[in-house]
Amino acid sequence: MCLGVPMRIVEVHGDHLATAETFGVRRRISTALLVEDAKVGDWVMVHVGYALETLEYAEAMEILDLLAAVAKEDPQWQKPSA
Amino acid sequence: MAEALEAEALLRDRRAVRALIADLAAEVGDDSFRIMHVCGSHEHTVTRFGLRALLPRSLELIAGPGCPVCVCGTSDIREAIDIAKSGAVLATFGDMMRDRTPYGSLQDAKQEGADVRVVYSPLDAVKLAAELPDRDVVFFGVGFETTAAPVASLFARELPKNFSLLASFKLTSPAVAALLDAGGRRLDGLVCPGHVSTIVGARDWARFPADYHMPAVVSGFEPTDVLLATRNIVRQVRAKEAKLGNEYTRLVRTEGNLEAQRMMRAAFEVRPAFWRGVGFVPGSGMFLRGEWEGHDARERFGVHHEPQGLDLPKGCQCHRVVVGDIYPPQCPLFGTKCTPQDPYGPCMVSGEGTCYIWQRFGDPRVLRDFQERAS
Repeated sequence: MCLGVPMRIVEVHGDHLATAETFGVRRRISTALLVEDAKVGDWVMVHVGYALETLEYAEAMEILDLLAAVAKEDPQWQKPSA
Repeated sequence: MAEALEAEALLRDRRAVRALIADLAAEVGDDSFRIMHVCGSHEHTVTRFGLRALLPRSLELIAGPGCPVCVCGTSDIREAIDIAKSGAVLATFGDMMRDRTPYGSLQDAKQEGADVRVVYSPLDAVKLAAELPDRDVVFFGVGFETTAAPVASLFARELPKNFSLLASFKLTSPAVAALLDAGGRRLDGLVCPGHVSTIVGARDWARFPADYHMPAVVSGFEPTDVLLATRNIVRQVRAKEAKLGNEYTRLVRTEGNLEAQRMMRAAFEVRPAFWRGVGFVPGSGMFLRGEWEGHDARERFGVHHEPQGLDLPKGCQCHRVVVGDIYPPQCPLFGTKCTPQDPYGPCMVSGEGTCYIWQRFGDPRVLRDFQERAS
């Protein structure tokens, strides 16, 4: 039940409800906990049907930079071009 | 598909993991490091990706109290059973069904005819109450901040009169502080739970570097997240530093989710809470405030049970597993009398329990290794 699932918001319904999708699975979630209003296209971390926070892709890229520095000798490792 | 999932996939890319492991192994050398995490999902990452089999033996990744089902007192479950047997609809998370008490489980109550229903979200329980206006609908809410905040948000708007809450919510960082205050074996650093920290903020862990001189790093849940947080801690220990770190910046703010914190303060008051296998921990429980009395299931149904002792079945070693004093294979019941199919102790019940995770996903080499160390 503590399982967090990253989902992308595909529709905003108002009244703090939205439809979100991940790997083709769609479900209605609550956005009541978000500080900023949810927008279509936002990635959110969903726990027990609630978006806890918005995922910042730019920040994920920073981690990937760190990894790229560690794995640089591996020719197969490639960071995605943003 | 979208970039966020691509990024997550790269964070578990085996080449990146391998490179990071080699890097970390070189930094650890032969020195001993004991690093604790306090999240069932971190234990999933460590065990499912076999990190213990890949890392040097002298670098210990220890699972602390990170599973809400494991530490839920049987007195709370007994209250839920009493309510269900009184004729109300009792809705709860699936994990709570099989947790055993001396008075049976919620599964037993259901088999005996009580109306117990599994829901995925607290929203489903409220919906159920709206659909069944003639029935009392009680949500048995068990969890840490990640569950408490969603439930708190329910109280920010009008609730059906027939809906009430049996609250069994806990704050994680006070339990870690209590663990350190109790002494016990040396710990060198803390990998802090990423999703709990989305709510409470990285700053909630600042007391560990400040008061215990212990490095604390908030981490995400991909294997490279955990390895980067671990490397950060190892480097701090080497440099004799103790700082707060946040490796999970893609999700966790320093201050956390202020809206969620506001809603939690409005719904709950903080009091001591009983942790199964541990005892009462000051300032670690969230209970409904007095003004919500009408929606407080304990008041509404007049149920109240007190926990007894460590609250574990005879011979169960969960009190030692929960605080990271032993690894699951060091319990004589592990995998014999206690299995995921027929759990004897609470750490084998939930998908977030340390014993369950080790039994389901543990690398056989690691299991053998720890069994040998025990004997």
